[in-house]
Amino acid sequence: MKSVFTLHQRSTIVVSILAIVLSVVIMQLWLLTATMEAFLGGDDSIVWPAALASLGLFGLNFGLLHFYMRKLVDDKS
Amino acid sequence: MNIRDHEHVTTPQDGNTQKPQPAWREQFPIDWQQDEFRSRRNFTKMLGLTSLAFVAGQIWIGALSIFRKSRAKPERMDLGLVDELAIGTAKRFEYPSQGHPCLLVRLGKERFVAFGQKCTHLSCPVIPKPEQGKFLCPCHHGSFDIQTGRPLAGPPRRPLPRVILEMKDGRIFANGFSEGEA
Repeated sequence: MKSVFTLHQRSTIVVSILAIVLSVVIMQLWLLTATMEAFLGGDDSIVWPAALASLGLFGLNFGLLHFYMRKLVDDKS
Repeated sequence: MNIRDHEHVTTPQDGNTQKPQPAWREQFPIDWQQDEFRSRRNFTKMLGLTSLAFVAGQIWIGALSIFRKSRAKPERMDLGLVDELAIGTAKRFEYPSQGHPCLLVRLGKERFVAFGQKCTHLSCPVIPKPEQGKFLCPCHHGSFDIQTGRPLAGPPRRPLPRVILEMKDGRIFANGFSEGEA
């Protein structure tokens, strides 16, 4: 299947996706450490909202990675 | 050719067979599978899995939180007579069970406080210093306020767990822990 993107466009998109995914993963790491800190300090109130937020961020990552794998990697074939 | 097949076939990245490759490639062969493994695509996959692992970690903390809430409140424990402890002195006891050291400190005639003895940094036993108004952790020189249990200096960032005290008929009792900051 011929790609709708040129090689240069594809490279730009891939780098952008990787930058966003990396930022989201770092945000999830911060969220995990902040939640653990609060939990060990006896504060349970943010545990589940933080878990939902992390799940939402994973959903964003999954969508971006799905786009990357399907639209960009498969296009190269 | 499907790009996914690259992972299973040891071929140079330019897609040619080994024959038309320059001599230096034959003399210094590269493990193409390993090279492909370190590619951007696998890095991206790894990031996806890391993201999923963080979600699993959050759910694990949630499960621990449910488990902590479902635990029964510790039973009331008699710590002895009020007059046994002089003002400005401390007494060590284990609550709610063996292996959980706590400290009871008498700050005034009617003023008692009790906290878990394990430092919230790395669980070293803290030493009461009523004359200085603090608990001191000798391991990393952390200190906690003796009245509230809040960290004052050093590496600890969380307060000491506070034991709820009750006084009845001249005796003093431990009756559970207060949640969060004292």
